[in-house]
Amino acid sequence: MTRLFPWIQTAPLALVLAVFLLVPVGMLVVVSFYDYDAFSLIPAFVLTNYQELFTSPVTWQTYLKTIYFAGITWAVTLGIGFWIAYHLAFVVQNATLRMVLFILCTVPFWTSNLIRMIAWVPFLGRNGILNSTLIGMGAIEQPLEFLLFSDFSVILAFVHLYTLFMVVPIFNTMMRIDRRLLEAARDAGAGFWQTLWCVILPLTKPGIGIGSIFVVVLVMGDFATVRLMSGGQSASVGLMISNQYGAMQYPAAAANAVGLLLMVLLVVAAMLRIVDIRREL
Amino acid sequence: MTDKKISVTRRGALALAGAALGSGAVTGFPTIWAQNIRNITLRQLGTGVSGLNPIAEQVKKDLGFTLQLTVTDTDAVAQRAATQSRSFDIADIEYFSIKKVYPTGVMQPIDTTKIKLADKIVPIFTTGKLTPQSAVAQGTSPYSVGFVENATAKTFATQRTPLMTLLPTIYNADTLGIRPDLVGRPITHWKDLLDPAFKGRASILNIPGIGIMDAAMVAESAGLVKYADKGNMTRAEIDKTVAFLIEAKRAGQFRAFWKTFDESVNLMASGEVVIQSMWSPAVAAVRSRGIACTYQPLAEGYRAWGSGLGLMRHLSGLQLDAAYEYLNWYLSGWAGAFLNRQGYYSAVLETAKAQMTENEWGYWMEGKPAASDIIAPDGKVMEKTGAVRDGGSFQERMGRVVCWNSVMGEDRYMVQKWNEFIAA
Repeated sequence: MTRLFPWIQTAPLALVLAVFLLVPVGMLVVVSFYDYDAFSLIPAFVLTNYQELFTSPVTWQTYLKTIYFAGITWAVTLGIGFWIAYHLAFVVQNATLRMVLFILCTVPFWTSNLIRMIAWVPFLGRNGILNSTLIGMGAIEQPLEFLLFSDFSVILAFVHLYTLFMVVPIFNTMMRIDRRLLEAARDAGAGFWQTLWCVILPLTKPGIGIGSIFVVVLVMGDFATVRLMSGGQSASVGLMISNQYGAMQYPAAAANAVGLLLMVLLVVAAMLRIVDIRREL
Repeated sequence: MTDKKISVTRRGALALAGAALGSGAVTGFPTIWAQNIRNITLRQLGTGVSGLNPIAEQVKKDLGFTLQLTVTDTDAVAQRAATQSRSFDIADIEYFSIKKVYPTGVMQPIDTTKIKLADKIVPIFTTGKLTPQSAVAQGTSPYSVGFVENATAKTFATQRTPLMTLLPTIYNADTLGIRPDLVGRPITHWKDLLDPAFKGRASILNIPGIGIMDAAMVAESAGLVKYADKGNMTRAEIDKTVAFLIEAKRAGQFRAFWKTFDESVNLMASGEVVIQSMWSPAVAAVRSRGIACTYQPLAEGYRAWGSGLGLMRHLSGLQLDAAYEYLNWYLSGWAGAFLNRQGYYSAVLETAKAQMTENEWGYWMEGKPAASDIIAPDGKVMEKTGAVRDGGSFQERMGRVVCWNSVMGEDRYMVQKWNEFIAA
């Protein structure tokens, strides 16, 4: 009987995952082999959806673009997130103040994703606050057009939206670092950078790994941010799927989704190889 | 994103029988036994264009039953109709969508012998021609997908039959919207969208089925592509159209592409864009913020769209009767006047006219200067005395429609190429 307990304990979650994750993903894979015309799905086993997907240069361009967004966003959120977490964990000494500052970081999350994105539009626009301020100060003559509806604005929005996903897990692992290790490092003569590189960074790796997975997966699957912030000028895989879905081309969208899924799984697998996140879970 | 549910509160079952009888005496509705009808709810799925709460409230008042509206975007309406047809009873759907949806067999045809005003419907829908002299426009014209031969047919009839796929309710002629204060010169042709003077300040809508038509109007106007039928392009024509779009995009002509009504309003109102594809109520929305915006008539003519109400296959019995009551009610005047006052057109003009003031009718339908302020349905002043509607009268606007929103034979290829344009 006791041998059955673990199975019984995991059964509810396993069941939920099976019904709401495995079955839909299975359906997705099945439909990706269907044929279709303008009016309906035709159950079949054809490879045309994948052929059309992988022989089109647009697909590769779009996948590259998606990786480009994910890469830059990852690097920037990591840079910002790491130092915010460092500051909270090691510089701020007062526990209450630390909690207050941490909650402050989450304040933007009290509004919806969409609102946080759209809020940038009047700020960055041609006649927006930033441009009019700069012109008013005499810093520029013509409004800066690259600020809105460009790759710049897309990445800006991503960083704004997802930095917290980096901060939280890194902060969490940093808080668990035994402070005596830092003292020992100092006693042994290590400077600031040496302590950071040889003690803090290795011990923070699981947090960085978890944060990176959050950010990369969120950015790769995104379509709303790319569409709104690039003004529809840029594409991402998610946006491509949403366009196909909108045109009722479900099999093509499904094939694309399977492609995206594989790519994300590959990236996550690569990250897990570098960082053992289980150590901290 | 724009999914919201509006359900009408059941206001007073009080004296329902009496009220039903009373209104019946006035307008001829309803004919169903009043006790049964109050329990009926018809669920309607449509877009924000005509999924409007005042209509549902008026239905409750005039007919006694509840009309529950779900509002979403054009693509999503077609998707849900095709894949979850039992989740609602009435589809408020565009004619170009019906070309895809009807053949899936989820809808039943409308028996026009039960529609009292069927013969009063504007001839665009019944003969394809506004006047006997005018030509049938290109694209998925409502007439070409408006009728079927029998109840089980999955293809459309080539002429008028007693069975309609959709009861037409609302339609309009679309053109480019401009900021007259910022363009700095008269805009006369579709090709002006490509004028280098508007570099980085133009926009086109990113709904492939509609965007490609605007693009085609521009390409044809600029003499870049000659189409046999803009609404049913060949692969070569699609290639050429998308190639010129990509070229313009690379040259930095477009500031953005919009997908929803609000986006188009914001682009225009903020001055990010000065010339773009636009829909009539979006122009009104920009103007209501006190910003000059013109729905510019162009030499080549208009791109039109139309939508109507369709009955889902599973409707039967008392519910089906109620649905027919509703369809009849829609043509009977109140709804038509309500839509006409927002710049759309109603399917039966006479009954709508009876519900509008002479000034309203003159401004919206006859292209006359407003004799007094034009008031929007929500009570706000929409246009001042003396204003004239952009494009003029109903005849001038609908008479110059050159193509309708479309689903092409090469739809699959077109969407693929459109994605290339967006990704380029």
